[in-house]
Order: sequence, then structure tokens, then C-alpha cells
Amino acid sequence: MTAPLWIDSLVKSYGERPALAGVSLEVAEGEILGLLGPNGAGKTTLIRCVVGRVIPTAGTISVFGDPVGSPAARAHIGYIPQEIALYGRLTAAENLGVFGRYSGLEGGGLRHSIQASLEWSGLTERAKDPVMSFSGGMKRRLNMAAGLLHGPRLILLDEPTTGVDPQSRQRIYAMVEQLRAQGVSVIYTTHYMEEAERLCDRVAIIDHGKIIAMGRQADLVRQSFGTQGELVLLCDNGVSHKYTVTDPATEIAKILNKARAESIPVRDLTFKAPNLESVFLHLTGRELRE
Amino acid sequence: MILDIIRTGFLNLRRDRGAVMLSFIVPIAFFTIFAGIFGSRRGGTDPIRIALVDEDRSEVSRQFVDALKAEGGLRVQTGPDTLTLYTAASAEAAVRAGDLPVAVIVPKGFGENPIGFEDEPGGTRLRILNDSSDPIAAQVVYGLIQKSAMVSMPDAMAAEGTKIVDRATGGLTAAQRATMDSSIAALRAYAKEKCSKPAVQTHSGGPSGGIVAADIRDVVGENQKSPLVAFYAAGIGVMFLLFTASAAGGAMLDEADNGTLDRILSSRVTMTTLLLGKLGYAALLGFLQLSVMFLWGAFAFHVELFRHLGGFLVMATVTSLASSGLGLALAASCKTRAQLSSLTTLVVLTMSALGGSMVPRFIMPEFLQKIGFVTFNAWAIDGFTKIFWREEPVTHVWLQVLVLLGAAVVFFAIARRLARRWEVS
Repeated sequence: MTAPLWIDSLVKSYGERPALAGVSLEVAEGEILGLLGPNGAGKTTLIRCVVGRVIPTAGTISVFGDPVGSPAARAHIGYIPQEIALYGRLTAAENLGVFGRYSGLEGGGLRHSIQASLEWSGLTERAKDPVMSFSGGMKRRLNMAAGLLHGPRLILLDEPTTGVDPQSRQRIYAMVEQLRAQGVSVIYTTHYMEEAERLCDRVAIIDHGKIIAMGRQADLVRQSFGTQGELVLLCDNGVSHKYTVTDPATEIAKILNKARAESIPVRDLTFKAPNLESVFLHLTGRELRE
Repeated sequence: MILDIIRTGFLNLRRDRGAVMLSFIVPIAFFTIFAGIFGSRRGGTDPIRIALVDEDRSEVSRQFVDALKAEGGLRVQTGPDTLTLYTAASAEAAVRAGDLPVAVIVPKGFGENPIGFEDEPGGTRLRILNDSSDPIAAQVVYGLIQKSAMVSMPDAMAAEGTKIVDRATGGLTAAQRATMDSSIAALRAYAKEKCSKPAVQTHSGGPSGGIVAADIRDVVGENQKSPLVAFYAAGIGVMFLLFTASAAGGAMLDEADNGTLDRILSSRVTMTTLLLGKLGYAALLGFLQLSVMFLWGAFAFHVELFRHLGGFLVMATVTSLASSGLGLALAASCKTRAQLSSLTTLVVLTMSALGGSMVPRFIMPEFLQKIGFVTFNAWAIDGFTKIFWREEPVTHVWLQVLVLLGAAVVFFAIARRLARRWEVS
């Protein structure tokens, strides 16, 4: 079976500046791949290459075996841009109608898709309202629905939860999980690590145009930190002490024993296991990029 | 604090090239165009071009024709080219076609009886054929005819006066008659000599009351209930069509800005398809706009839309297509809406001023009339004028149709080329 997305040694340069410097990855059927990276790392360029909006300098991309940019590849892809790419004066249903027709739908098939998309995005009751009257979260949901009307098998979601409230964010998570349940493959770009932890099967971290880590979260954490964790001891006098521990079960006991032996009153003790954010900062550094 | 606010205003202005263009370049461009239209006159009018037909071919008529040719206020053409002479029919056709605003026919018998004081019987009447879209020209020509007659035919005038005196006094004696004949001969010689020298540039004036009788007939626009309204409907219509087309094309800038263009181009829609769709939309919108304008003209100002419906449909279609093409090209050449707005204002107003949307081109100096043809406003207005004003059949606007269609194709090709920057990077 041909992979939904296969990228090999992808390079894109703007003059002397490389935006992508040899990216290779593969997305499996029904898999959600999180694409993480600092601003300017090359995430959006990578997505735009897959959509066919950026011509790579070198490398190969295929979508279900079809070369990127071909009509067959376009038909497989659902692209949800970072911006709210909708017509504000048109109603929700009219917007879906427009983008459905652009994707080749018509007649009963189009009507059915519009209805299903409105239900999926929880906007059936607002179908006849102009989009400009919607909240940020509603616009985001409709933005997603507009990219999926034609039933694509590979979906590119570019920061779909930017600027939405927690309720809408939960709804968007549920929508993405429904897609996973349908066996659709997704590339999910985000700056929110908890989203990637919650939704993604695998994560790729990209920086300076290169994939610097890729795999399951637990594996990435283990590769970066092993069993290492951080212990924070807060004393009664307000002073806190940080310890890096590799064997928490034995080392925590030792530290507490030492505190008792030295008559240091302990107010609080926390153990923080490394997570995706720790991996991200560990690999990309803490310096500001912009 | 007030100074800070002023300073902030200038800082913003300096970085907004569109606003700078609107503030300084557009007014200068307009000043230049209108100074060209009205300023070059130096207080006078340009010579009026007339077609002159001498059907009489007598000594007197030749003298009179020479006087008209020497008249600085007129530019006389005796034929469409150096080899052919106008006839009454071809001169009338030239006026109808808009080649010249006035034709003067000197009829047979003029030499025998040139003077016809307006309240006296007799005198062969000249025929002045006029295009009433230029209502002043015929009156000026009439006045200059009287002046030329005075200068070129004092002998004929004296002879006519002698006849009147002869009638009123019961007859001149032989000696008196001999004196008169000798004076008339001297006048003839004087007139000949005078008419051989070119006259000084004359300021045009109104009719001065006739020693040469003339009939003025409008050969164009004589059936129009509201003269010139069709011209203004076309002129204003084309100008606003350009604004509409630019705004419609500018929607692409919004789409590029908010990601919609990315979404559209990642679907089955290609850039060429998208641009053709935009062109179709803008052209249809423009067509509707012109239709509404002419319907209002028909309703409120008696523009005879339904009598010229075929011509209107053809001209409205090609004009809308050309302006839509230009709108797309303008939009594709800009990066922001603000830039487009400034560029549109500059281009549309300049084209409209030069092309005759604001001031009829026939009142412009000849060089500006020629420059006007680089704008498609001029071609569109010419086409509409031929249909509505000159009442020519639709087949007579083929050149205008071809030019406008050509403009639409060229503008679309430019827009397509410029739009490559949105296509892929």
C-alpha cells in the first residue's frame, strides 16, 4: 500500500537562505503526525510544498503515490490554512458551497457534504448566518470544515487552534479525533505542546529547515532525557532547591533523608518528569528566534 | 504635543507611497492634463476644420473659397485627400462620420448672385452642414464666412448695393454708372491682392449678421431629443466601469491576504481558471452597470437605448471586457489594497481625462485628441457616440470593437503574467 505522504530529501532555498534543508518523512494511514518547530523553522514551507504552492528546489513528495501538484494528489489533500480563509459576507453554508464546488463537488453530493460538514463543525444552526458575525472559534471550525468537504484522505492542519477559547479548542480536538477514527492521515502543525501530546501519534520537530527529532513522544523524551527528571524541594523559609534525578525512587528517599538529618523543614516536594515541551526546548534552545 | 501629532502624521505619510502619490502626483497629473486642454488656447480657439465644396466654380466663388482658405480661424479641407475633392454628399458623410465638425457648400449660381442681405430677396444661399455635438462651430463658421465675404468680394457687395440704389432712386445716370463700374473694378483688384495674403489669426466670434445668406443644418443629432446625453452616459459610464473593475480585481488581494487564495489554488482551480472567472465576474458587473446607466438615461433623458440596442450590447460587452482586463492587471501589479486604490485613482482619472470621459475630446487641442487614443476610454466613447449620436449601424464600430477586444486580451495576458507571483514560490 502506498503511503499517504512520502517526502524524501526535500530542499527549498530562497536565494542563499535555505528554508528546508533535506527533510524526509512518511505519514502512515490513519496517523496523526505533529509538526513542531520554532517560528521560521520551516513548518509552513513544508506544508505549502505538500499542497503544491511552493516548488521545492530538490527532493520528492508523493501523495498516495501521486506526485505532488497532480490533480490526483490535489484530490487526496485537504488543506486548512492558518488564516481564516473564508468569505466574511457569505453565510456558512454559502462558504461551504463555494469551496465544495472548487473541489469538484456538485448537486446532491455537494448538498450532502455541506450538511455533514455543518454538523461535524457544530454549525448547523448558524448555517444561514454570515461568517463575519461568527466568533473566532466558530470561524476556526468552519475553516476546517471548508477544507474537508471533498473527503480528503490526507489533511494538513496549520495551527488550527490559534486564538480560540478553551471550549472551541476542545471541540476542535474532538473533530480531529473523529478524523483519526475515520482512518484519515493528518499533519498537525502547532505551537501548543499539550495539543501535540494529546492528539498526535508521532511528533516531528523541525528547526533550521531540518527534522531534528521524530518519533513517539515517550521515545523522544527517553532519547533526550532517559529516565531523568527534576525534583524541587521547597523549604519552610521559602528557599527552594532543584535536583536532577535519574532514579527517582531511590534518589527522592535519599534527598528527604538528608533534609531530615540536617533538620531542614520541608514544606513541599515536587517531581517533574520531562515532557514534550522539555524535549522541544532541549533540542531547539531557549533563545528568542524573532 | 500637537507637534508630535503632526510629526507622526508625516512619518506615516512618508512610508505610505500610495498616499504620497494621491497627495502630490495625481493633482499634478490632472493639472497638466487640464492645462493642456484649456491652457494651450491662449485665449482663442483652435482653427475649425471644415470641408469646403465649391459647386459653382466661378471666378467669384474661387475668390470666396481662397478667402476662406486664407482665414486663420478656419482650416479648410477641399477633399478627403490631396487628389479627391469633396462633393456635397461626401462632405455631409464626413460630418456624419465625425471626421469634421462642419461642411460648407457653395452652390451653383453663387458667383452670379453672391450677396443676399438677409432681409433682401435674392442671393444664393450657402449651405452649412453641422454636427450639433459641437454647437459653437457652425456659428463661428457662419461669422467667418461673412467676414471673408466682406474682404474677398467688396466688388460684388458694391454691385449689389448699386442695384439697390438703382432701384430706390429710379435709375443711375450713365456717368454715375461708369464711375460705379470703375470703382467696383478697383475693389475687385484690391480684393484679389488682399486674399492672396494669408490673414492674421482671427479670434472666433458669433454670427455678425449676413451679407452672404446661409442655411445651417444639423446633419448629426438632428433627431436627438437630448443632445449629448448619450455621450455623457458613455463617458461617465466607462470611467466608473474602470473603478468597478479595479475593485473587483482587488478582491484577489484580499484573498491572497487572508489565505483564501491558498485554499482556492490548492483545490482543482488553477490560476488561469481563477483569473478567467474574475474577468467574467467583473465584465458582467460592468455590463450591468452600463445597462443600468443607459436605462436611466433612456428613462430620464430620452437616450434612445432601445432603437440602438444591438449597438449598445456590442459596445457594452467589449468595453466591459476591456475595463475588466485592466482592473485585473492593476490588481495583479499591486501588493496591497491601499496601493491598488492609489494606482487606480491615478490611472483611471488620467485615462478618463485624456480619453474624453470628463471633457469631450472634440474640444481638446489636436495633439491631446491624438494622445487620447492610447486610452481605451477614447475608443469606447467613440464607439458609443457612433451608435447613439451619429446613429451609425453596428458594423461601423468594428475598429472600436477590435481595439477594445485587443485591449482586453493584452490586459488579461499582463494580469496572468503578474499573477505568477501568487501561483507558486
